[in-house]
Order: sequence, then C-alpha cells, then structure tokens
Amino acid sequence: MEKIQVNGIVKTYGSKQKKLTALDHVSFTVKEGELFGLIGPDGAGKTSLFRILTTLLLADSGTATVNGMDVVKEYKAIRKQVGYMPGRFSLYPDLTVKENLAFFATIFQTDVNENYSLIKDIYEQIAPFENRRADKLSGGMKQKLALSCALIHKPTVLFLDEPTTGVDAVSRKEFWEMLKGLKQQGITILVSTPYMDEAALCDRVALIQDGHIMQVNTPADVINGFGKKILAVKSSDMLSLLQLVKQMPGVLDAYPFGEYHHLVLADEQVKLDFPGEVTVKETAPDIEDCFMLLMKNHAA
Amino acid sequence: MQPDYAITAKDLTKRFGDFTAVDKISFEVSRGEIFGFLGANGAGKTTAMRMLCGLSLPSAGTATVAGFDVYRDNERIKKRIGYMSQKFSLYEDLTVKENIRFYGGIYGRSDLFIKEQTGYLLQHLRLEKEGNTLVRALPLGWKQKLAFSVAIFHEPDIVFLDEPTGGVDPVTRREFWNMIYEASAKGITVFVTTHYLDEAEYCNRVSIMVDGKIEALDSPSALKQQFSAASMDGVFLQLARKAKRTEG
Repeated sequence: MEKIQVNGIVKTYGSKQKKLTALDHVSFTVKEGELFGLIGPDGAGKTSLFRILTTLLLADSGTATVNGMDVVKEYKAIRKQVGYMPGRFSLYPDLTVKENLAFFATIFQTDVNENYSLIKDIYEQIAPFENRRADKLSGGMKQKLALSCALIHKPTVLFLDEPTTGVDAVSRKEFWEMLKGLKQQGITILVSTPYMDEAALCDRVALIQDGHIMQVNTPADVINGFGKKILAVKSSDMLSLLQLVKQMPGVLDAYPFGEYHHLVLADEQVKLDFPGEVTVKETAPDIEDCFMLLMKNHAA
Repeated sequence: MQPDYAITAKDLTKRFGDFTAVDKISFEVSRGEIFGFLGANGAGKTTAMRMLCGLSLPSAGTATVAGFDVYRDNERIKKRIGYMSQKFSLYEDLTVKENIRFYGGIYGRSDLFIKEQTGYLLQHLRLEKEGNTLVRALPLGWKQKLAFSVAIFHEPDIVFLDEPTGGVDPVTRREFWNMIYEASAKGITVFVTTHYLDEAEYCNRVSIMVDGKIEALDSPSALKQQFSAASMDGVFLQLARKAKRTEG
C-alpha cells in the first residue's frame, strides 16, 4: 500500500513579476514501511514539500495523499497520524526535556507511558538530563528530544526535515541507526538531507534540485544508471592535475572528489595518457557523481 | 613573532567555570596554508576559533594571529582577518552591492577602493546583473560564494570559515573550494571547519579536536597512514568515537 502519494505538486512564491517556483510538478510515491530519502541541497524545495504533506501549506496545484487521505480535505485526520520534525528546532526552549515530551503527548491525547516502548532507545540517551531546559541542550540531544516528541503519539508516517544538517559525522551515523530501528517497528519514514552519502542508507531516494525531481530509484539503481566510466586520479600537485585533465579529449567532466579527482569519460573507448607520477584507477560512481551528472543534464 | 606563521597557539586554554572547553591546544598555521579544523559537535572548535578571532580572551596559554597577540592586540587582529559562517555573514535585507560597501566600509577601505573592487568582484562571480538584488533573493550557492568574497574583500591575512559549505549542492561546493584555492594562491591563509570529510582532503593540513584537545594534526595523507584508514572519514570516526564528554 502507498503511504504517501504526490501527484504533480506545484508551489510558487512571490509576485507575478518575480515568481519563484519552489516545486515544479513533483510526483512520487512512498510505500508502507519504506525509509525514503529526499536528497538535495538547500533551496531545492524539500521543506515546501514537507509542509504541504504535513498539511501546513497549500500547493498551487497537484494533489497529495498521506495514509490514503487527501492533504487538503482530510488535514485534521492526517495531523493525528503523522509525526513531523521540522528542520528548525521546534520544541519549547523554556520547558524541560520531560515537560516538552509530556506536552506533545498531551496534545495528541495520549501520555508518555502509552507509547514509551517506541521511543525508549532514543529517549534513554537524554533521560539523565530530563530536568534540563530544552534551550540548554547540545545539538545532538535536541535532535533526540525532537525525534522523541515527533514519535510520542505513535505516528504511522514520520516526516524528518533535514535532521542531520550541521551534525558531525559520528552523530549522523548514530541518527541513521535510530532510523533503522524505527523502520523495523513498521513506521514509514520520509527523510530529507543535503548529505549525498546518506542516500545509501535509504530504501529508495528522490534526487531533487531546483524544485524538480531528477530521479526516483533505489540507491543501487541510481548508481547502476550512471552509465559512464569514471577514473580516479591523484598526484602531488592536485591543482595542476585538475587543469590538465579538464583539457583532455574524451573527458566529459572532471572535479575534485576527496583525495582524488574524478574524470567522467565520454565512452569506454577513451584512452588517456597521464604523466608518470599520476596514480590512476577506475572507480565506481558515488551518489554525488550521479547527482552532478543529473544536474548537468537538467541544466542543458 | 614568527614571520612565517599566520597563526601560532601554545597551550591555548579556555575554561568556563570548572568546564575546560579548550584544553592546551598548540599548533602553527603557515602563511597561505589551507588548514582544516575538524572535531565533533561540542569538541571546542567554536570556542577556539573565537579566541583566535579576538572575540574571547583565553584563560591560559598564548596565541598570535597575523603576528598580533590575542590578549593585547585583539582589536588589531580583527582588522587583519575575515570571517564567514554558514549561519550568518551577509545582510539579507541589503542588496549585493550594499553588503559589499558595508563590509568594505567597516574594514576601513576607501570609497574609491570599494567602487573599483565591487565591479571586479561582481564580474568575477558573474553577478553583474544582480548588484541591486536583495541578498535574500539569491540562491544559497551564490550567497555562499558572495559571502566568501566579501569576507576577503579587504584583503585580510587570514580568513576563518565556519562550515561554509553546509547544505550547498555538490557542484557549488566544488566551485567554493576552487575559490578557497584562489585565495590561498594569493597568500591568504585559510582556516576552515567542515562536516564534509571529503573536504578535509582538500586541506594542506588538518587538525582533529576531541574533548577540547587536538588529538591529531598532519596532512590528510599522513593522517590516513597513521590511523591505517582508507579515507579521512575513517580517521575522524576513530578519533571522535573516543570522546568522553557529553556535549553541552
């Protein structure tokens, strides 16, 4: 069963003279129990889409359903069944950890104990600071509290808008472990992120840029669909190497990629000659390679 | 002062009550170097940066920035550095040109200098048509590139970049690093923090802070060798997982 259906959603902001299209005919579906990633940079339209799906914003055109219910007509019912963690910290800064959790439980006409098993693993990590005011928490702890509050009414669909932005690599890994745990409990999750490496942790992803969905696929098939050979090269002078490889015939694109430069080749037949000191190896594309190629094709 | 160094720190420490946020860190950054300053959230990076920028007095230790002492000459330091963060650097309700003029003026540049350089800068960023656009209306990638250009507009010795590429698309992220290389080639020292560990590879040297201390400092290739890791991601995870203190 489809838990989320998005059909041709358009959202624009601004006046007629200076119109900004935040979402340009966006369509995709999320299946029950799926961990679905919306991957794209800031300004791609991710937050607008989240706000439309959580019934907080109206689209200009197009339709969407969550749990089979229309986001416009049945907004009240949807609100009871979904959890939403906005990008900006949205809890009450002057309430304690415990008070925030109790507050959100009460709003949803439940109490903390009723669904505690769902948040136990997450909440236990911040329980030692239960009496601390929310504004005195560190970034990682705020995130755990916000997730607990979004889950306290046992939603069937969870919307997480950039939960890992500005979070260090270790905490990001921990957060994705928590998501895996929630998925195992049967919750459908739509999560957005600007970090391309997190795409690999999703069941399926939608790659979004400038309000336009460039592809919907499993992470493995995004990579399989790249369809071009990539060489990874490095030398002692990376800056000159980049200039050099950009001039080479048969090289479609060349850009820094960690300790290497990636060269996207026009076809399998391309043979390149490198100076002796250059290390060259063939490499599999990364989601980021795919994203950049799609961006380029979209711009063209 | 050591003329070859843009930054020197010796046992630099900052305590808040009985909490030691930065614990005796020592390092030097050469002129023109791109120096990556890494650490998990709460490791003490921001506190250390604030001391180096002359915004917060150390509790102990010594440091010089652009040859000036962080205790005595913090006002002179501020004139010789540029600063850019992901969260705030430009005024959203001023236009592109107004932002440049504002920052140029704050750093004491003449009207003539500002006028001449503004045209050149807009051309370089291919923003000629956007001079009178409110910064609010610019796409994030352009904003970040403009913010960096504004941070080095007054030709500082050192520019501090605090997570400059967060949330930026992969193409713009690389264009941004290209600008960092250009600045470094002009002799500007770049001191940069990031959560993207592939970007650590683009630095000449990288330091990694854990619980207020610098636990590793070397070139990316030497660090990978030292920690037998295939990537900087592996190096970072090994170190950051040792952290004992709960942030905040």
